[in-house]
Amino acid sequence: MKNIGIIIKKQIKDTMKNTAVLIQFFIFPILTLFMENAIDIEDMPSQYFVKLFSVMAIGMSTTSVAVIISEEKEKNTLRVLMMSNVKPWEYLMGIGIYVWTICMVGAGLMATCVDSEDVVFYLGIMGVGYMLSILAGACVGIYAKNQMSATSLAMPLMMILGFLPMLALFNEKIKSIAKFFYTQQIRTILDEMSFDSITRESVIIVVVNMIVVIASFFILFRKKGLE
Amino acid sequence: MIKCRNLVKSFSGNEVISGVNLDIGKGEIFGLLGPSGAGKTTLIKILTGQLDYDAGMVSVMNKDVQDLSGEDKKQIGIMMDQFGVYERLSCIDNLKVFADIYDVPHSRVKEILGEVGLGAAGKKPASNLSKGMRARLQLARVFMHSPKIIFLDEPTSGLDPMTQKQIHKLILEKKKQGCTIFLTTHNMEEAAELCDTVALLNEGVIVDSGSPEETCRRYNHQKKIILHLNTGDDLELPQTKASADEIYNLMKDGMIETIHSSEPNLETVFLELTGRKLEAE
Repeated sequence: MKNIGIIIKKQIKDTMKNTAVLIQFFIFPILTLFMENAIDIEDMPSQYFVKLFSVMAIGMSTTSVAVIISEEKEKNTLRVLMMSNVKPWEYLMGIGIYVWTICMVGAGLMATCVDSEDVVFYLGIMGVGYMLSILAGACVGIYAKNQMSATSLAMPLMMILGFLPMLALFNEKIKSIAKFFYTQQIRTILDEMSFDSITRESVIIVVVNMIVVIASFFILFRKKGLE
Repeated sequence: MIKCRNLVKSFSGNEVISGVNLDIGKGEIFGLLGPSGAGKTTLIKILTGQLDYDAGMVSVMNKDVQDLSGEDKKQIGIMMDQFGVYERLSCIDNLKVFADIYDVPHSRVKEILGEVGLGAAGKKPASNLSKGMRARLQLARVFMHSPKIIFLDEPTSGLDPMTQKQIHKLILEKKKQGCTIFLTTHNMEEAAELCDTVALLNEGVIVDSGSPEETCRRYNHQKKIILHLNTGDDLELPQTKASADEIYNLMKDGMIETIHSSEPNLETVFLELTGRKLEAE
């Protein structure tokens, strides 16, 4: 358990010196704050940019995790950790908790643009979304041998998860496909921002997505190991 | 401390380690000497539990290497050629990660950086270190938690002679402190300088082993005296009474520039045993 804390501490120090990753974590929260305060068009739905960028941020977190894990593999620092008796599950938990926490800080920033009575609901939904994306990103990180292949795999995944819900706004056909992804369901739930928007269908779809991601993670981990 | 019996390892049907036997005692520096592709890194990976083996027995600290507990692993330090450092973190922060893992107080970090000659570079990001400094950082990481057994895979590969000497000094210091050291190298001078025992590895087989001096003496068949005369000529004379007289006369006439015996070195022993050189030309 102690090793999880060590991994988190190491990752915090590393991120403070890694501009590319910092940008990934905070680009959408910053865009949200800016756009929500700078743009005010008549008839624009309330909290439009919060809802738009929240889903993109959830999609983006897959690449963050994938890149962190694959960089450690490529630089052989992961091997050093394993040889120092850090267990694979400790490493993955450390990275997962770290990424989730940083993402939730970003969500906290975006939540400043949400009505105060909806903040807890909003953060709860974002928490679930980030968790699924982190698992999906970990699958890519485990599978990829290096950063380049991790990015090649994670980018399309990020596009599908993050941008499909946005495209679904303009195209019914895309919407009919996008609804099977958890990010589209999250988008729909955030549109209403209430428990009433959580339908049986949305719960089933999110749970199925969760099962697919978790199963993929364990299958890949058993097949490939962490290194 | 480290034992191997009839160790065998294959990759895709190719036997890369064939029936290796080793017995390394406490406080010994053991060198595995061989050219690239001999199986040195494979063997060290097996001994450190990074790779499984197909047959035989490997024990470290009287336990099967696959059964070593977390506490056992804290007694072991490993420096592999490809092991990395955290590029964006400073030397101090790199070591603090492992100080925390090994429960070593942070005060030890600056101390160990001083011991390896990186005292002034503590706050430098690892990405700004030269190759030699990076090797010393990796050694600091290995030495920091005072392990009983240290595995070093080609610790001075690609380094300049000055840095090599500095690293040799550090390794010999560790030996004085009672560490058992297993190192691999293709540099025969390094093996001769550091190792109590050397094993010559070729294509997965140990072709000979013993102390460097004893190994060289065993292959000293020729027993010649080599003279370089002040005329520019070189003379090779067998160790006989007649040669002694000739050498005496040459010395009397002041004709000898240099005189030395022709003991083989580890390179020539390896060449004789395998027909291969230790290092690529």
